[in-house]
Amino acid sequence: MEGSEAVYKSLKNAGIDFVVSLPCVNLGKVMEMIDCDPDVIHVPVTREEEGFGICAGAFFGGKNPAILMQNSGLGNSVNVLASLYELYRIPILMIMSHRGTEGEFMSAQVPMGKATPGVLDALNITYFNPKTPEEAMEIIPHAWKLSEIGEAPVGILLEIPFWK
Amino acid sequence: MERIEAIKTIAESLEDELVVCNIGFPSRELYAVKDSPIHFYMLGSMGMASSIGLGLALSQKRKVVVFDGDGSILMNMGTLVTIFSQDSQNLILVVFDNQCYGSTGSQCTYTTKVDLHEIAKSVGFKNTFVFEEEIDFKEVLDVKGPVFVHMKVMPGNADVPVIDMEPEEIKERFMEEVKRKSE
Repeated sequence: MEGSEAVYKSLKNAGIDFVVSLPCVNLGKVMEMIDCDPDVIHVPVTREEEGFGICAGAFFGGKNPAILMQNSGLGNSVNVLASLYELYRIPILMIMSHRGTEGEFMSAQVPMGKATPGVLDALNITYFNPKTPEEAMEIIPHAWKLSEIGEAPVGILLEIPFWK
Repeated sequence: MERIEAIKTIAESLEDELVVCNIGFPSRELYAVKDSPIHFYMLGSMGMASSIGLGLALSQKRKVVVFDGDGSILMNMGTLVTIFSQDSQNLILVVFDNQCYGSTGSQCTYTTKVDLHEIAKSVGFKNTFVFEEEIDFKEVLDVKGPVFVHMKVMPGNADVPVIDMEPEEIKERFMEEVKRKSE
């Protein structure tokens, strides 16, 4: 199974039914699959912070939310993760394409790529790095369970080699 | 009109609608004039009230009214594009525009130079309202969303206490009510 299919299937297995997204070359196929799925509400957004706001509202409305984004979007979302998600204890599954890691071709992606684990640690956000599609199938539903029970965001960082 | 008076008038015309209220004094003023389990008071994350309202409107059937501010809308302008594009028919976005950042000492916002109502119309909002002296909120509730309401108010905050509820308590009370009413 290839990476995109594994991410899509494991989101379905986890029970995710509300997804906001920002474009990413690696997550493109997952977004197409989600967009074609009538059982998942898909909302493309203009900025990651906005996506987190929308997902919080969706959770209040009874949905299981996830955000698909690049790790650069984490930098745009630090305050909403602290002063909305941590403050009110709201779960969300963060599926992040981790650019700026091994095999990166664009230098601009490198600084945020390096900063990403530190930012997640500073926010006390638990995250996982599945290396293969098989690992993703196992980890993603588990991560959502953890997010729901812990009432806190949980991250999935998918590095460049994951998509190869 | 003072903002608290506008909030009071609109809140009194609401029955079953879910309310998401902006950070700072707007939440405190709403809490002081009319508290309800179907109010969500946003305490942090400036700019996010409109987005929370959209997510809520898309995930259940009841009408959602967002009480937002000019500074917050300017901080998250993309929200207007997303709300319009999602064509959320049960969402009403009310922007209390006092042309200043009221909760931080009334520094001017750029709505002294730009007209938020014109911006909403240019994004594509079909149903928009501007109120200054009189508010007819029944008319707003009767039209199909997404609705944009430009509510012009005077600068200044009412002398109201802070909200004496814990964030989790606000969330849990709100979610229980959303769930109960959608069953």
